[in-house]
Parts: sequence; structure tokens; C-alpha cells
Amino acid sequence: MKIYLLTDFGSTYTKVTAVDVDSAKIVAFAKSFTTIETDVNMGFDAAKREIAAQLGHSDFEMSLSASSAAGGLKMISSGLVPDLTAKASRLAAASAGAKVVKTYAYELTDAESEEITAIAPDIMLLSGGIDGGNKRVLLHNAEVIASVPASFSVIIAGNRSAAAEAAKILQAGGKNTVICANVMPQFGKLNILPAKAAIRDLFIENIITAKGLDDVQKIMDMEIIPTPLAVFEACELLGRGNSSEEGLGELMAYDLGGATTDVYSMADGNPKIPNAFINGITEPFAKRTVEGDVGMRYSLTALHDLILESGADTFYQAYGTNETEVTNWLEICEKDPSALPFGEYEKYSHVDSAFAAEAIRISAIRHAGFNEKVYTPAGEMNSQSGKDLTQVRYVIGSGGAVINAANPRAIMANAAYTPRDGNALKPLNPKILLDEQNCLAAMGLLSRFAPEAAIRIMKDSFKEVQ
Amino acid sequence: MAELGKIENEQIEEVGQEQEAITLVLGVIGADVHAVGNKILNYTFTKAGFNVVNLGVMVSQKEFVEAAIEADADAIIVSSMYGHGEIDCKGLREKCDEAGLSDILMYVGGNIVVGKQDFEQVEKTFLEMGFNRVYAPGSDPLVAIEHLKKDLGRVDK
Ligand code: B12
Repeated sequence: MKIYLLTDFGSTYTKVTAVDVDSAKIVAFAKSFTTIETDVNMGFDAAKREIAAQLGHSDFEMSLSASSAAGGLKMISSGLVPDLTAKASRLAAASAGAKVVKTYAYELTDAESEEITAIAPDIMLLSGGIDGGNKRVLLHNAEVIASVPASFSVIIAGNRSAAAEAAKILQAGGKNTVICANVMPQFGKLNILPAKAAIRDLFIENIITAKGLDDVQKIMDMEIIPTPLAVFEACELLGRGNSSEEGLGELMAYDLGGATTDVYSMADGNPKIPNAFINGITEPFAKRTVEGDVGMRYSLTALHDLILESGADTFYQAYGTNETEVTNWLEICEKDPSALPFGEYEKYSHVDSAFAAEAIRISAIRHAGFNEKVYTPAGEMNSQSGKDLTQVRYVIGSGGAVINAANPRAIMANAAYTPRDGNALKPLNPKILLDEQNCLAAMGLLSRFAPEAAIRIMKDSFKEVQ
Repeated sequence: MAELGKIENEQIEEVGQEQEAITLVLGVIGADVHAVGNKILNYTFTKAGFNVVNLGVMVSQKEFVEAAIEADADAIIVSSMYGHGEIDCKGLREKCDEAGLSDILMYVGGNIVVGKQDFEQVEKTFLEMGFNRVYAPGSDPLVAIEHLKKDLGRVDK
């Protein structure tokens, strides 16, 4: 037996999964509170002791881990035009597993500079201008960032003609600065992998230490990676498969959390209907988005605001609730973000599920592309922005608010297209799978060393809900 | 870049401005799919030493404007071949102004209106729309190249 110990240091819980790679089975699971404020090893050791008790030994072939503790990898990104370099920089940061709190476009204002001070990100990804194009935005924004009092690292991935000068400005302001290739070197061409690699390197060099994960890093066999990056890699592997184990094909995954909702698509987003053409940038096959205003606890008020925008009555009617219940539940969750819709709060179960359903619906619409009809002398055409995900076959739901709900299927159904979604290119008729064992992140870690086992475990453990 | 491009580049620098090559955003506006002329223009302008951001066919006004912002373009070169140029081009100058591209040059050419209309009238319409130069059907791109250099102050007036 080759046992791999896979640990996810979450914001609340440290979750440890033990996998037997030869039989491709999860053989033990334990969780304990994340003790990042004191010594993260305390919680980790407790979980490990439980694993050892379950297994009868503590003989581990390898120990790998991911972390979203201490706020995860908090990033902001910036670009010039919202739909071009700003979007490219956001895609790059999200694909590296960051919690992208905010994306800025054009020249940063004083108010935005104050906002950045308040956000105090771990890393900023600074882009703008294609190579040889606009320099002003990079130089101006470098000036602004240089004078932000918070200390964080800056990755410059913008117009290469201005990158060196921008770096000088930032370094003079005391910011640790790295230059990498432009996220959009030519008009409309995405190039997010260099920025993704630069983020990974900074995470290893600086962030792990800053987050108090140094000691635990020493006993790991691989550098700690951000949890969403592990999930990203698990989804990519499960979709594509590898030479010896077939994947599921095109898929999407949702991780509904307390602060954010993460959406992954592993799918070719090209037009699926005739007379359609792509408007704007062609998005990557493997795409992650992270919605900071869509979450079940810390972002519940923000989610509620979004719901109100599209009509409170529709919401109450659709989910059999009312204003009083909703307001009460909001208050309860605001006071105690660890509140769960069970026991004394059982009566709010349908309200919590209603929020979860809308979280999925809204984050799905934002992730997917959309079509607009254009009428031309040559007939009607469809101008597609973003990815066409209509033919995606599988949608995976994960996160406590989905898995522990009375009816996860009803929540996840909102990942599929309904007439309320207008012209959004969401999956039309996907099968819905649940990550009941909460193993996505662990499988992402395993994917780097034992991909076949990881694919098999995911295929076995993701249950289809009818 | 090709030989010819280099020569042209040197000539441009010779005119006394130590600036980089002139950046053009090029495309066929609206729902127009006529691709051949666009390919020729792209080839010709690139050979002449311009830095060309070619958007191809079926280009919306928004795309022209956004590309010009990111590329810090000196000029937008619009083609319209299928006769709907007037509708497609209306408002482009205003969008540029809105985006802070107020001094950007805008040229238009191709078969910009339906059939054979009086070109003077057509030119007037497009100049009023905010284009700096308007070209009659069959105009030689080399003429536009000379105009660009002149309008951007890269040759002696
Ligand atoms: C091939 C062709 C097509 C092909 C295009 C294939 C493709 N993907 O490229 C197809 C069959 C798809 C097609 C469709 C249509 N076409 Co057609 N097509 C032509 C044709 C025969 C040749 C075009 C061409 O390639 N010319 C060769 C290139 C090198 O020349 P060019 O395009 O004119 O470009 C040069 C100059 O104009 C100039 N130039 C262009 N832009 C600019 C800009 C500046 C600033 C400058 C300085 C110069 C400049 O430089 C270019 C390079 O030298 C012309 C007729 C003709 N002989 O020109 C009709 C023509 C352009 N089409 C025409 C029409 C009406 C249509 C349709 C509307 C027909 C229909 N009812 O369906 C559709 C429109 C489809 C659409 N949405 O765009 C008309 C336009 C009439 C008008 N403007 O009043 C033309 C003129 C035919 C005609 N005499 O009626 N077409």
C-alpha cells in the first residue's frame, strides 16, 4: 500500500485525506480546526493522529498540501480596457488560484488607490497595453501603486515597452516587483501562462512564509499550492483524462464557499451554432472565475443585493420564501458566519438553499459567454462574447452549502440554462454530479503524482443526482 | 519584418522624429465580410513599416475603439465594401472622443456607399462624420500611406 497524505488547509478546517494509490481508494479522512493564528501544525497534527488511528499506522509515501488559510492568495489585477487587458489579467490571476478581490481598468484614481490600501492584497497583477501599444496606463498605475502604503508584491504583465520603467517606479516605492510576459501581447491574443507561473513563484517564495505556513512546508514533499489551483488541476485532469484513464469530457465545477463562488470550465467555448462569430478575446479552454460578491456567509449581503437588483418578488416566489425570513436569515449569518441551517435554524433551510441556488445561477451567467443577435445584409448573425458552454456534459457541485442541503439537485439545476438566463450560453442539459466527499482539492494534489488514481477516485466518488 | 519595411522605417526616422513606427488599427467595419482588400491593405501597410493591428472583417465600432486604446494607435483605417458604410461608421468619431482618442486620425475607403454616387457628396458626408480622409472606390493604398505620413507630421509639408 502506498498511502498519500493530502491536506487542504482551509480558512476554517484543515482537511486531511489519505489515499491508497494502488487500489485508487480514499482510505481515511479527518478534519480539525485550522490553527493558522497560533501554529498551523497543531490542527494538522490532530487530524493526522485521527488518520493514523483510522489506518492503524502512519506510514505515508508522500505528503502534499494546498492552502486557502489566512485569506487565501488575495490578489487584485488591472488592465486598460475592461474587455481586453483588464479581463486578461483577471483570467490570469484566477487561473493561478487567487482570490481576485478586484479588477481595475484604465488609469487608477485616488479613490481606487485608497481602496487598494484597504484591500491590502498579497499580490497585484499589473497589466495594460498590448506590446508596443499604450504605455501611459502602466506607468501611471505604477506611480499610483508605488505610493500605496500597504506592502505587497507586484507582477508586471503589460506592454513590454513600458515594463522596465514601471518596475523602476514600483521598486522606488519599495514594492517587490517581477516582470513577466504581457497577458495580451497582441490585440485579442491571450497569454496568461507566464503570469500564472510568476504568481506561483511568488506564492512559493513569499506568500507561504507570510501566511505562517513555513513550518508545515518543511514537512511536505511538494510546495504548497493555493487550494483553488488544486481544484483547477483536478477539474482539468478529470475532463481531459490521460493516456491510460479516460476523462469525462467537457465539464464545469462550482465551489460554493462562504466568501466566494468559484466556477471552473474545462471546455472549448467556440460557437456551437451556425452564423455565430466570436466578438472580443477567445477565452481559454481551462477557465476559472471567482466571484467575490457571491458567497454564502461573508458575501451573503452582497449576494442579497444582486438578487434584489433582479427583483425580490421573483426570488421570494421562486423559492417559497418571503422578506421577513430572508432578512432574519441575513441577520443571523451576519452575526455568526458559522451559522448552519440545521437544528435551531432548520426553518431557514429553504432560505439558505434559495441563496445557494441564486449564487450558482449568477456565477454561472458571469462565467459563461452570451450571444447577441446582429442583423446584417447577409441575414441574422450571432455575435458571441466569451465561451459557449451549451454542450458541456457534466457539472460538478461542491462546497458545504450545496452538499449538505436538503436538495442539492435543485440548487445545482441553476448551473443549467433556464429561460430566466436570457442569452447566456450555459450548459443546456448537463448531468449533475456532487463532490460529496469533498475531495476535489485533494485530487488536484494527487494529480501531479498519480493522475490515474486521481481520475478513478473522482469518477467513483462523484455521484450523479437525478 | 521584410526588407522593404526596414527601409521605410529608416525613412520615417529620418524625418526627424525619434518616435517608434506609426501604429494603425485596420479593419472592415460592420457585418461586412469582404476579406481580400483587407489582406492587401494589411500587407501593404506592414511592408511600408507601419505597426498594423489588423482586426480583419466584421469589426464593430467598439472593437476599433478598444484596439486603438490598447495599441495607442495613431490612426484608424476603416474599410467598408458592401455599401453600408454610412450606417456602420456613424458615431465612431464620438466613441473615440469619449474614449480619450481625440486626436486619432480616421481614414475610410472601399465601396463605402451603395452603387455609384457622386463622390464629392459622399466625401462630404464622411468628413462631417469626423473622418480625416475619405477614399473613392479603387483608391491606391499607397496614396493613403503618403497621407498618413503627412498628417502625422513625419514628412516635410
Ligand atoms: C468577392 C466578393 C464577395 C465575396 C466576398 C468573399 C470574401 N470573404 O472576401 C462574397 C460572395 C461573400 C460577397 C458577398 C457580398 N457582396 Co460582394 N463582392 C465581391 C467582389 C466580386 C470582389 C471583392 C474583392 O475581393 N475585391 C478585390 C479587393 C482587392 O479589392 P477591394 O475589396 O475593393 O479592396 C481594395 C480597395 O477597395 C481599397 N480599399 C479598401 N478599403 C480601403 C480603405 C482605405 C482607407 C483605402 C485608402 C483604400 C481601401 O484597397 C483595397 C486593396 O487594394 C466585389 C466586386 C468587385 N469586383 O470589387 C463584390 C462587391 C464588393 N459585393 C457587393 C455586394 C453588394 C455584396 C453582398 C451584399 C451581396 C448580397 N446581396 O449578398 C454580400 C455582402 C456580404 C457581407 N456581409 O459582406 C457589391 C458592393 C456594392 C456597393 N458597395 O455598392 C460589390 C461591389 C459587387 C457589385 N458591383 O455589386 N462578395
